[in-house]
Amino acid sequence: MPEKQPTADEPHTANEPHAANEPRRAHEPHAANEPRPAHEPRRAHEPRRAHEPTATEPIRTDGGRVTEATPSIQEIPEADTVIESKDLTVHYGDVQALQPVNVRLPEREVTAIIGPSGCGKSTFLRCLNRMNDMVDAARVGGELRFRGKNVYDGDVDPVALRRRVGMVFQKPNPFPKSIYDNVAYGLKIQGFDGDMDARVEEALRGAALWNEVSDQLDSSGLALSGGQQQRLCIARAIAPDPEVILMDEPASALDPVATAKVEDLIDELAEQYTVVIVTHNMQQAARISDKTAVFLTGGKLVEFGDTDRIFENPENQRVEDYITGKFG
Amino acid sequence: MSGAGGGVDLSRAGSNIPAGRNLAVRAVFFTCALITVLTTFGIIVVLVDGALGFFREETLFGLLSGVLGGLLSGGPAEAWAAARSGLGVQVTVREFLFGTDWSPIIRPRSYGVIPLLWGTMIIVVGSALIALPIGTATAIYLSEYADRRVRNVIKPTLEVLAGIPTIVYGFFALSFITPIIQRFFPETGTFNAAAGAIVVGIMIIPMVSSLSEDAMSAVPDDLRNAAYGLGATKFEVSTDVVVPASLSGVLASYILAISRAIGETMAVTLAVGMQPNITFNPLEPIQTMTAYMVQVGISDVSVGSIGYQSLFAVGLVLFVMTLVMNLLSLWVKSRYREAYR
Repeated sequence: MPEKQPTADEPHTANEPHAANEPRRAHEPHAANEPRPAHEPRRAHEPRRAHEPTATEPIRTDGGRVTEATPSIQEIPEADTVIESKDLTVHYGDVQALQPVNVRLPEREVTAIIGPSGCGKSTFLRCLNRMNDMVDAARVGGELRFRGKNVYDGDVDPVALRRRVGMVFQKPNPFPKSIYDNVAYGLKIQGFDGDMDARVEEALRGAALWNEVSDQLDSSGLALSGGQQQRLCIARAIAPDPEVILMDEPASALDPVATAKVEDLIDELAEQYTVVIVTHNMQQAARISDKTAVFLTGGKLVEFGDTDRIFENPENQRVEDYITGKFG
Repeated sequence: MSGAGGGVDLSRAGSNIPAGRNLAVRAVFFTCALITVLTTFGIIVVLVDGALGFFREETLFGLLSGVLGGLLSGGPAEAWAAARSGLGVQVTVREFLFGTDWSPIIRPRSYGVIPLLWGTMIIVVGSALIALPIGTATAIYLSEYADRRVRNVIKPTLEVLAGIPTIVYGFFALSFITPIIQRFFPETGTFNAAAGAIVVGIMIIPMVSSLSEDAMSAVPDDLRNAAYGLGATKFEVSTDVVVPASLSGVLASYILAISRAIGETMAVTLAVGMQPNITFNPLEPIQTMTAYMVQVGISDVSVGSIGYQSLFAVGLVLFVMTLVMNLLSLWVKSRYREAYR
């Protein structure tokens, strides 16, 4: 498929091809490198902001070669940034799973990472808490800064990082222990010696599970339904009060009702935590996220920005094709 | 060729399927399976019957032939006499199980099996103290820590260790372990319990580590990732997640290893000597049940003598002990199977 190469000289025009059922607002061309309007954190349950015009992406050049427009790290003001990647790459053996990624993830917002299978979205997510360390053949290049500190520096203990960046996985994976012990585990290994009962209750309430399990805290976490198990895993992740919660397709193994509950929960979590969620469900990304990062085949971050804008008015032709279901 | 129900012909004859072959194949396979069952049954009968000969004057077969012979030659009265003499008590079960002196061949004879049981228990406890911690740690290392290259060296080495003939372990104990013990404790004799326990311990390490590692490797990575994602260290993942989740397999490996230590024969016969001895001192010679059976088996006791009969009684005790361990292992496996899906 011919790729559109948006450049500063070729602003988008209103008559680009677009999805038939999706009337698209006329796109206003604007100058390159124009600073974006100041970022406003979204308050929970506030209706999504209307689409705002955004700056055309500045061109990144690699060795003098003009590359496909990669989203600018200027998208998010530095003060609100929790995680920032600079030319982050991942190789699995000889295969490059991630092309240089430059992105800033905003605090207390939900950032969705979408893209077709094998596009590197999970790889990127697993860089954020160094779960890629577990894969023998994985090599990470570039920088990934968590609150300004490159987590791939030699003096970083991935264990310490993971205590501040929690994770929820695709398949619910409660420990074969009681519900209580599942939630308490993170606190226990971190040496928490306060009121454990209160923290467990708080985490279970935070995961909207307390009312369903308060009378059976001693029964096995495996006895719960799939959706309950996933909320238990979320409770387990938030109990130690991390700053960031990574979610790797957390609802893909759940039925629609359980999915809806988890999505509501993610909305609430964003009041307190920075949430980064990988999903292959674009409707889900549109529903729950404030920012969206689109990876396309080859491990390339192609577009990053406000979710509303990405879904209504993507700058990259391939992103538009992907979002409208023409491929992927 | 349509039958009462009509429709297509799906009968065997109509479909050209060779008749009878299925049945023959089934019979061959069943016979093979039956051999093991019959052998087990035969061994149990021989053991129990021989043990009966130890406790009573006659074995079951001897008793039956005596009674039948009496019945044929002299009528019921003679048969009754044969039965009474055949059922006469030779060794009481009470003396056998609770007596503390074992000397069935040398006068004054006594038939308390406790010294042999004690010898076996010293070997079992001593070897378990060595093999269970080392084997478990090895399994955790292989499953959680070792990278592929190290694994590829250690795993085959363990398999070699498991394949060494036990008689070689016995020589190893005599020629290597005992001299080392003697260097630290010069009063140690050539035969001593410690060398036997150590060598049996080394022998069963591969059993513990290999079976435990299989169980640990079967723990889904999802569980490990959950713990790593919460900031658990490798050690915490191993002890809090992997070992509890694989507990059934780990415990089963312990039980099988202990069962092996109970039945271990050649190495302990060479290493620990032939002196039935209730002692806490591991530097003294002892005798295990198996070593006693070797001693009698290669000696010149005559068939039918009490020394010969004692083989069956001791063998029966061994059989019951290993049977209990096997049943325990089955129970543990089913009891803890639901540790993860």
